[in-house]
Amino acid sequence: MMAVLSVKNLKLYYGTLRGSVKAVDDVVFDLENGEALGLVGESGCGKSSTAIALIKLLPSNVVKFEGEILFEGKNLTTLSDEEIRSEIRWKKISMVFQGAMNTLNPVLKVGFQVAEPLIVHKKVEKEEALDKARELFKLVGLPPEYVERYPHELSGGMRQRVVIATALALNPKVVILDEPTSALDVSVQAQIMNLLKRLKKQLHLSMIYITHDIALASDLCDKIGVMYAGEIVELGPIEKVLLTPKHPYTQKLISCIPHLKGNKMPEFIPGAPPDLTNPPSGCKFHPRCQHVMEKCKVNRPHAINVDGRLVKCWLYE
Amino acid sequence: MSAIIELINIKTYFYITKGFFKTLAVKAVDGVSLTIHKGETLALVGESGSGKTTLGRTALKLVEPISGKIIFEGRDITHVKKDLKEFRKKAQMVFQDPFTSLNPYMTVRQIIEEPMIIHGYPADERERRVLKALSDVRLLPAEEFLPKYPHMLSGGQRQRVGIARAIVLEPTFLVADEPVSMIDASSRAEILYVLKDLQKKYAMGIMYITHDIATANYFSDTIGVMYLGKIVEYGPTKEVIGSPLHPYTKALIEAVPDPDPENRFRERNVIPGEPPSPINPPLGCRFNTRCPFVFEKCKEKEPQLVDVGRKHLVACHLHQ
Repeated sequence: MMAVLSVKNLKLYYGTLRGSVKAVDDVVFDLENGEALGLVGESGCGKSSTAIALIKLLPSNVVKFEGEILFEGKNLTTLSDEEIRSEIRWKKISMVFQGAMNTLNPVLKVGFQVAEPLIVHKKVEKEEALDKARELFKLVGLPPEYVERYPHELSGGMRQRVVIATALALNPKVVILDEPTSALDVSVQAQIMNLLKRLKKQLHLSMIYITHDIALASDLCDKIGVMYAGEIVELGPIEKVLLTPKHPYTQKLISCIPHLKGNKMPEFIPGAPPDLTNPPSGCKFHPRCQHVMEKCKVNRPHAINVDGRLVKCWLYE
Repeated sequence: MSAIIELINIKTYFYITKGFFKTLAVKAVDGVSLTIHKGETLALVGESGSGKTTLGRTALKLVEPISGKIIFEGRDITHVKKDLKEFRKKAQMVFQDPFTSLNPYMTVRQIIEEPMIIHGYPADERERRVLKALSDVRLLPAEEFLPKYPHMLSGGQRQRVGIARAIVLEPTFLVADEPVSMIDASSRAEILYVLKDLQKKYAMGIMYITHDIATANYFSDTIGVMYLGKIVEYGPTKEVIGSPLHPYTKALIEAVPDPDPENRFRERNVIPGEPPSPINPPLGCRFNTRCPFVFEKCKEKEPQLVDVGRKHLVACHLHQ
């Protein structure tokens, strides 16, 4: 299989008064065609920053943006903003932002908001664009006549479906989903997950699914990348990462999941994620790791292949 | 066990005006009875709009019920307006969002001290109690946290400051409204263990409000599942989660994502739709519009909570 998206040594640093924040620091991954990759980690680990770097939707205080994002033979980090806007963003790689269901324009009909990218990017007539919006509504499980409704006339789950339809409007190859269900009720969350599974199969979409909940990621993803302090510390097929996690952080993250069956109590990871303006030396997880050795405090571990997945940990070197 | 708080047939409605003359009632809580004992945790589980938060706020007398009784430590306080200072001291709340429930201009010391200033504690006592509260919630070393402002803390640490503020007056009744829903999955268990320890220490009765039945499973002794202002299933947590009877409870349990790589190949059994509006709830059983087992009777007659044994109560025509 050929990777649709291949990310190498991606770095994204923000400038702040206290120094630069290393939000994304040497992230490496491949996304295959039709595959869903889950990026999992605590808040502030750089998952959303990785996402906005991929579509180059960067805030003004970025001080460093380098590495390679290979997509269809082009390196996106070297393309100009205009090239990204007219050729890549939304057309090839689209995104469902966190909390996007609450950012729909309240004074425009939702159908128009789904049709807007078609009108802007493809110069389609409004009527034709609305027809396409009706088709998209069917695709995401909404009655087509709802294109005439306003956001306040829809429930949270329906609005989330509208946002997903917007992201699919230009037939992108890759869709990035940033916590698409975090603001929804559990039963609606399960409905949206079912929809995403169906869309992935039906449209053969590649997805990047960002969440802090590794159990939820297992509901959709074929591959998991566990992020900590701007790095992917473990990357591999879901079966490997979920059932036989190798990195101590992944192991801890999985033990935090509350189960309904069995009597195992959920655990927690003591301490807080590090300050990314001044991350710990060596392995960034060492202050919270229970297997910490002298070496971990000094040298940064490299990604090595252990039992079918990549791990950055001195325990295996 | 002695009861800390008893709610009897509580109804809390909100009124909205439509046009000039029409007033509509939003039946947020519509006839709920429950009891929380000393040292017991009752979990109220349900989706948004089920009335669980309104019920918690009613129990704390932050909103007035239109009918029913609130009995706190044996005293009927339903209509007491003044003379509530003792109750206010003994009944406290932990809020959902640790990012907005702490004043950003106050230090940790000021935040935790404030309730004691209101209740007139002397300065040296306040100092001692602030440090104790911080060590109770495992923010150690306590002295280091005193001068910090909320923005200098992580989400989990902020929520623990919120808990310290709630327990510094040593309450007997605590309402915890979704205390971990905005916290990273990696720190959720820690917050719940802190609450559990404090409960043992101070023999508090806790009302734990959540939409996540999985955390309720660990954290509560009794569980009440709410749907559109009513309790539809009620009983000991192990019993209700181990053998759920109401179709809604079953659906909530099915919706919990289990970490299993096989999940991605199958679709979950989910109940369709979303909860209807509490302004105009469905006739008969309120769940009938989404229930997979609906039959004629469900649309006509409202099922009552009945005891099916083992202290397990359910309101469903399938089990009457």
